Amino acid sequence: MNGLLTSLMGATAQGVLWGIMALGVYITYKLLKISDLTVDGSFALGGCVCAVLILGGMSPALATLIAIIAGLAAGAVTGILHTVFNIPAILSGILTQISLWSINLRIMSGKSNLPLLNSETIISFFVGRSGSSTIESASGFAKALGMTQSTASLIIGIVIAVVIVAILYWFFGTEIGSALRATGNNEAMIRALGVNTNRTKLLALMISNALVSFSGALVAQSQKYADVGMGTGAIVVALASIVIGEVFFKYARNFALKLTSAVVGAIVYFIIRAVVLRLGMNANDMKLLSAIIVAVSLCIPVVTQRIKEKQAYSEEGGEE
Amino acid sequence: MLNIVNVRKTFNKGTINEKKALRGVNLHLDEGDFVTIIGGNGAGKSTTLNMIAGVYPIDSGKIEIDGINISREPEYKRAKYIGRVFQDPMLGTAADMEIQENLALALRRGQKRGLGWGIKSEEKEIYHEQLKRLGLGLEDRMSSKVGLLSGGQRQALTLLMATLKKPKLLLLDEHTAALDPKTAAKVLELTNEMVTGEHLTALMVTHNMKDAIAIGNRLIMMNNGKIIYDVAGDEKKNLTVDDLLVKFSEAAGEELSNDRMMLAK
Repeated sequence: MNGLLTSLMGATAQGVLWGIMALGVYITYKLLKISDLTVDGSFALGGCVCAVLILGGMSPALATLIAIIAGLAAGAVTGILHTVFNIPAILSGILTQISLWSINLRIMSGKSNLPLLNSETIISFFVGRSGSSTIESASGFAKALGMTQSTASLIIGIVIAVVIVAILYWFFGTEIGSALRATGNNEAMIRALGVNTNRTKLLALMISNALVSFSGALVAQSQKYADVGMGTGAIVVALASIVIGEVFFKYARNFALKLTSAVVGAIVYFIIRAVVLRLGMNANDMKLLSAIIVAVSLCIPVVTQRIKEKQAYSEEGGEE
Repeated sequence: MLNIVNVRKTFNKGTINEKKALRGVNLHLDEGDFVTIIGGNGAGKSTTLNMIAGVYPIDSGKIEIDGINISREPEYKRAKYIGRVFQDPMLGTAADMEIQENLALALRRGQKRGLGWGIKSEEKEIYHEQLKRLGLGLEDRMSSKVGLLSGGQRQALTLLMATLKKPKLLLLDEHTAALDPKTAAKVLELTNEMVTGEHLTALMVTHNMKDAIAIGNRLIMMNNGKIIYDVAGDEKKNLTVDDLLVKFSEAAGEELSNDRMMLAK
């Protein structure tokens, strides 16, 4: 029983950290209505940049900040390919994502995996306990807090997620933010009202990938390693999170709640994942399950619509 | 005010689908002119409006507003001078956003957008007042999503949005064509009220010849990418639909063919 609780705790922590990525994907997928595949690459980019810098002796906070900036740049590349050179958004994202695979390996000097076992991270800073035993090397502050790695990940994740939701809520209420929402909603209209939609799209892609990279940096620090493959399929995890979140927040009208739903969706996703893995599902099948969740959720509205149309039809002609 | 000099546009140049849409359009509008544009299928009416708005680049010629050459400016920059209402009621508003949010976007047409609130509380009173003018009860539904409105309501809202920040030029591209007759009449009445009441300069493409005669102070007929007839003042007021048909066949050397126009006659 204790083992189950621990694994659920770990799953929740992981969910919150990945939830930050889901927030990034929410911006492109839900607000801009484009599927940006850059994120698989920019998630790993965040982890790799952060790990390399931490191993090089940089303070974890600064390393995380630079990882965010790297994500911003990755988003800018996709954005420029898409807006300046009119390459379809999906293809632009794929091109950046593929390049990032090579770039991430370069960043890690050809290694595909960098462990952060004994390095100071923004999470280890608060960790004073491992299982039930106190970590002797931890600071007095961390020992006093007495948090385990997953508790610390969870609490830091929640604090960061709340701050990001608040910032996004504010930003999308501003003039620029409103113009960005309108770009996803009706591009011709907002251009007729004087907004350079190329610029709003670029901005959205940059913010989105910065958040994704941020998430990658946090996940790497939480799991104590960065891996060039850590972002593979991340887009599907994020979409599944958004889709699951929508189920839980079906009637949410408030924008902050809609954002929160993505984070909650990610938490639920990782809890489901922990449970099915515990039930004996092969971990390799997890990506298949994620894809099925997303595909089914996209199919449901189409199928229900068809069924409705079929049922509404009558040969005799209905009443007025 | 508006000055168009020898504007030409060919679509799909050098291909089998080559289409000479505008073959040297010249037009001068004075401040406060309300011009209706009629013409056959593919005459270049909508293209003219789109060229002024900057939807596509022109091949040659010059477009000036108030002496400023805007021929090479991108669409979003020209928005500073121009308010637009499209034929498709879905095109002029953002469906997933609230009525007041749409108005707030329109109030900032052509202005630099920053990190101030996208909608300020003091603006809401203006929106309430303005929506009242439409007489559609929208002032009590300001936080409803635009997607919940009917086509006519959306078009009336678009009209309000296009004029909320007074444009130097208002472009109306068959903006009542997609509406049912009753709603179309209502939107047209609103258009007339707004344009004459606020002394706007406007270009209105229509397929309804009666409307084209009854509304505005000047009428332009286009055919095959050129302006073939231009009439203003009393002469315009006294026109009849039959006069217009005769004028057309005189100037164009063929019968007027516009499917919708024939139906509307």
